[in-house]
Amino acid sequence: MSPAPIRAVAIGASAGAVQALQTILPALPADYRLPVLVVVHVPSDRDNQLAPLLRAQCAVPVREAVDKEPVAAGVIYFAPSDYHLLVETEETLALSADETVNYSRPSIDVLFESAADAYGDGLVGVILTGANHDGAAGLKAIADAGGQVIVEDPGGAYASAMPLAALAACPNATTMNLDAIASYLASLGAP
Amino acid sequence: MPDAIVDLEIQLLLEALFQRYHYDFRHYARASIKRRLVLARDQLGFGSISAMQEQVLHDPALLPRLLGYLTVQVSEMFRDPSYFRALREKVLPHLRTYPSLKVWIAGCSEGEELYSLAILFREEGLYERTLFYATDINPDALSAAEAGVYSLDRIRKFTENHQKSGGKSSLSDYYTADYGRAVFDKTLRERVVFSDHSLVTDAVFAEMHLISCRNVMIYFDRLLQDRAIGLFRDSLARKAFLGLGSKESLRFSTHAAAFSDFVPEEKIYQRREP
Ligand SMILES: C[S@@+](CC[C@H](N)C(=O)[O-])C[C@H]1O[C@@H](n2cnc3c(N)ncnc32)[C@H](O)[C@@H]1O
Repeated sequence: MSPAPIRAVAIGASAGAVQALQTILPALPADYRLPVLVVVHVPSDRDNQLAPLLRAQCAVPVREAVDKEPVAAGVIYFAPSDYHLLVETEETLALSADETVNYSRPSIDVLFESAADAYGDGLVGVILTGANHDGAAGLKAIADAGGQVIVEDPGGAYASAMPLAALAACPNATTMNLDAIASYLASLGAP
Repeated sequence: MPDAIVDLEIQLLLEALFQRYHYDFRHYARASIKRRLVLARDQLGFGSISAMQEQVLHDPALLPRLLGYLTVQVSEMFRDPSYFRALREKVLPHLRTYPSLKVWIAGCSEGEELYSLAILFREEGLYERTLFYATDINPDALSAAEAGVYSLDRIRKFTENHQKSGGKSSLSDYYTADYGRAVFDKTLRERVVFSDHSLVTDAVFAEMHLISCRNVMIYFDRLLQDRAIGLFRDSLARKAFLGLGSKESLRFSTHAAAFSDFVPEEKIYQRREP
């Protein structure tokens, strides 16, 4: 049986996210064919500066997610600060002002669980550096739905708690360093 | 359990709630509803969403608890201070020209937004000529709004927001601290009508000069959003104002042409002349 075609990438990161994403996202080619959904924990009263910062460095367009917009291929979407980002089953984006999850809004679990529902085995979930446990349950939901799961190698991560929690929840996840994740994701969506 | 079955159970539960109790969540954004219903199932100890449906059909006592999951009571006083600053600096100068005013806080949750507006109007000398309508579909939230009591540990954030919004007084002028709670001054709700009103199933009830409806329509699908915006259009006096949440807009609405941008970065719109 050949693996299901991948239709979307979901990435979660916390402490150390800026550097990690600066390794991965600029490696994606301009004609990238997958949507990339990103949740990063940022202080709620600060505007998300990450999207503008990465926009300048990426070949793929970088946008802040807008409620009810259809998910477009070849776009990197960031969750706005203080809103959860979800994917509806008809593959549109949704924002919500629900309670924090794992003390976080946006929460990685919320994105991953909804994206697992929307994309099933057509999703790749990636957990990067971070100092908390958000994303572990979400990564497991992706694996349970048949999607691919990748965790940054905790040994090399800026903060290992989040990768370790993700591995505890998904022992069969593939661990890779940032450069390997970058080239793997780039190859997945190359035309 | 396969996800398709959970999705079907949710569909049936929402239909049951509508037919039995006339609460209509059928066109709410589904991913968030699903998350919260799965949470309800697990936290209330049901084996399945169907089991929850059976019980709520026969036992109305479960309804308020389910409503607590289906509606989201996340709010803050002066949430997004720049919105309240824009009201103060740009909208209130227009409202000042009217001898009497009506303001509708649609989806008022536990009253945080209502008290913010009441304080703003008092600071600007408009409170006495204004009638406020605070509406929501969650009866527990409405009672909390009427009580105006918040845990003291939230006050620091409220105070900071109030200052950032250009507050001209001290927030502590409006509440008394009592056993870990802040009890807001009852004169702030002398001119407030609290009422159960749904943007999904209810109609226009008065002509407004300002409607503030923040982080409510974000939970609706496009169809419901359009219904609510039509209701706002029909409720607003000419040249009156509509304020939405920071991630909401009229961009996709069929009623967009009835409004013009007033403070676009704060999602404040003005009703055009009909
Ligand atoms: C996230 S809170 C927003 C509170 C406040 N407006 C703010 O922005 O801080 C959403 C509120 O909308 C209410 N709500 C949900 N559906 C509604 C409907 N159909 N009509 C009126 N209110 C509704 C909920 O009960 C809840 O109190």
